[in-house]
Amino acid sequence: MLGWLLQRVAQALLVIFAMSLVVFLGLHAVGNPADLLLAPDATQIDRAELVAQLGLDRPLWEQYLNFVGSALQGDLGRSFVYNVPAVTLILQRLPATLELAFAATIFAIILGVPLGLYAGLYPERAFSKLIQTGSILGFSLPTFWVGLLLIMTFSVSLGWLPASGRGETVRIFGVEWSFLTLNGWRHLLLPAINLSLFKVSLVIRLTRAGVREVLPLDYVRFARAKGLRRGRIVMMHILRNIMIPLVTVLGLELGSTIAFAVVTESIFAWPGSGKLILDSINALDRPVVMAYLLVVVTLFVIINLVVDILYRVLDPRVREEASA
Amino acid sequence: MTTVPAAASARRPSSSALRRFLRAPSAWIGLGLMTLLVIGAVFAPQIAPQNPFDLAAIDVLDARMAPGSASMSGEITYWLGTDGQGRDLFSAILYGLRTSLTVGVGSAVLAGIIGILLGLIAAWSGGFVDALIMRLVDLLMSLPSILIALLMLALLGKGIGNVVLTLVLLEWAYYARTARAQALVERKRDYFEAARGLGLPISRILLRHVLPNCLPPLLVIAALQVARAITLEATLSFLGLGAPVTQPSLGLLIANGFQFMLSGEYWISFFPGLTLLAAIVAINLVGDRLREVLDPRALK
Repeated sequence: MLGWLLQRVAQALLVIFAMSLVVFLGLHAVGNPADLLLAPDATQIDRAELVAQLGLDRPLWEQYLNFVGSALQGDLGRSFVYNVPAVTLILQRLPATLELAFAATIFAIILGVPLGLYAGLYPERAFSKLIQTGSILGFSLPTFWVGLLLIMTFSVSLGWLPASGRGETVRIFGVEWSFLTLNGWRHLLLPAINLSLFKVSLVIRLTRAGVREVLPLDYVRFARAKGLRRGRIVMMHILRNIMIPLVTVLGLELGSTIAFAVVTESIFAWPGSGKLILDSINALDRPVVMAYLLVVVTLFVIINLVVDILYRVLDPRVREEASA
Repeated sequence: MTTVPAAASARRPSSSALRRFLRAPSAWIGLGLMTLLVIGAVFAPQIAPQNPFDLAAIDVLDARMAPGSASMSGEITYWLGTDGQGRDLFSAILYGLRTSLTVGVGSAVLAGIIGILLGLIAAWSGGFVDALIMRLVDLLMSLPSILIALLMLALLGKGIGNVVLTLVLLEWAYYARTARAQALVERKRDYFEAARGLGLPISRILLRHVLPNCLPPLLVIAALQVARAITLEATLSFLGLGAPVTQPSLGLLIANGFQFMLSGEYWISFFPGLTLLAAIVAINLVGDRLREVLDPRALK
């Protein structure tokens, strides 16, 4: 277990290292940062001074070490547009994205598990076939187009839900949250549904496959022979066994949900970090773009690492397999 | 799809694979839809009632007309309506489909060539080279595609060429993994030993002997990757990072209609989206059916 853990942590660090290298080279290889900062009428002397001040005249490896040094202290440069530290900007916007990603994940569980259970328990019924087809569509429909359809239906035609923004927020621990007000919920609903589309399909498939796998096993048949109520068998015996892989996959998906929030945030004008990076790419605000990529990849790697470890801790079968 | 029987001929008579492929109605629907879309895209200049990028042909007075209305000059009927600049939406969709399909198929083919070659090299050489290539594959497949795409486009800048480059980078890993796994199996077969014994150069053995036997599962990957590429290109163009305004793909057409959707003019976004959906569903139907026919594991 310990050997595996060390290997896994080393792997995670390697990914972050590779990413930091790419980000660093991207920051320095594509255009000289000094050119972006200098006024058009700057002289050669001004330029040389700035280059020296920024450390751009040093060898590349030394620059990289400096970059890592300041990155570890949370300094990834200042935004050209907002003139505040890039990391501060990202951290200000990240809670909105996390809120959206968690809402989408919860939504996927609430909708996906019952539908998947139904499709797995009664595979021959017409409604189960409908669920199956729906989940295939959920995988292949382009998310952004579904977002537009949602707006078209629920905001424009029916006028039930707002199409953009976060609505009223409540401030807790210095961070604004939408999910604590009714108005905020109304704003959160459509984007969360949109972002959860792919995950709902995934949960349906996993749950359905899990039920089909567990249903013919001896312990389920034994529970039935014992005369347990059907509801109890499903909840206590079947669902419990499906939950571990389900939670693992959803955990691993959380990282990509945060990344894919870029699309949903841009449709619903949700002021999260995804909207920020799109604006920053368009404004050529490179420090913010790079800081976003580094922060999200690090987040992604950490989430995956934690989920991977939890999976092994929670499921004794996997734990023994790993140590064997 | 004429390549299907040729690829499958390694193991069974070619006609039977094609016949089995066509046995499912989903294959017919997929192929039919696909043919329709490809014809529409290839012959767009002939079919389209107007050239949507010829400024002389479009009339701003016709902007944002509802589906089915006639143009001010009375010459054209806009069956699918017009967009914000008075372009016939049907024509714009045909041209957009052209861009989308070219990008999707082009990137899939390029990625296929690179991925298959690297996969074969990894399987053949083993050791350090194999480990290096496969770790890179793992890394690419573990990170969310949109994140890699944002990174690439932030580094390279926006534009359709850079989107193709990004798609190739994202896709080659899938081919490489499958090609390597297949090649490792083929390496153990007698014909491989025989070819080695004949003293044939390894490049010839890999490309002429091993590769044809690896093709069936790679074809399935190719079909699904085309669909994935089209979706991702549309997404990136929708976000304003892909196709230029002068050569809009379906994604950009959808994005252009977004602002009008809030005022109830749904068609500018809706019909390009429907076309995109049709293309993705058609390719997925064919891809799924290909998998059922070609993948021995799916037969069980």
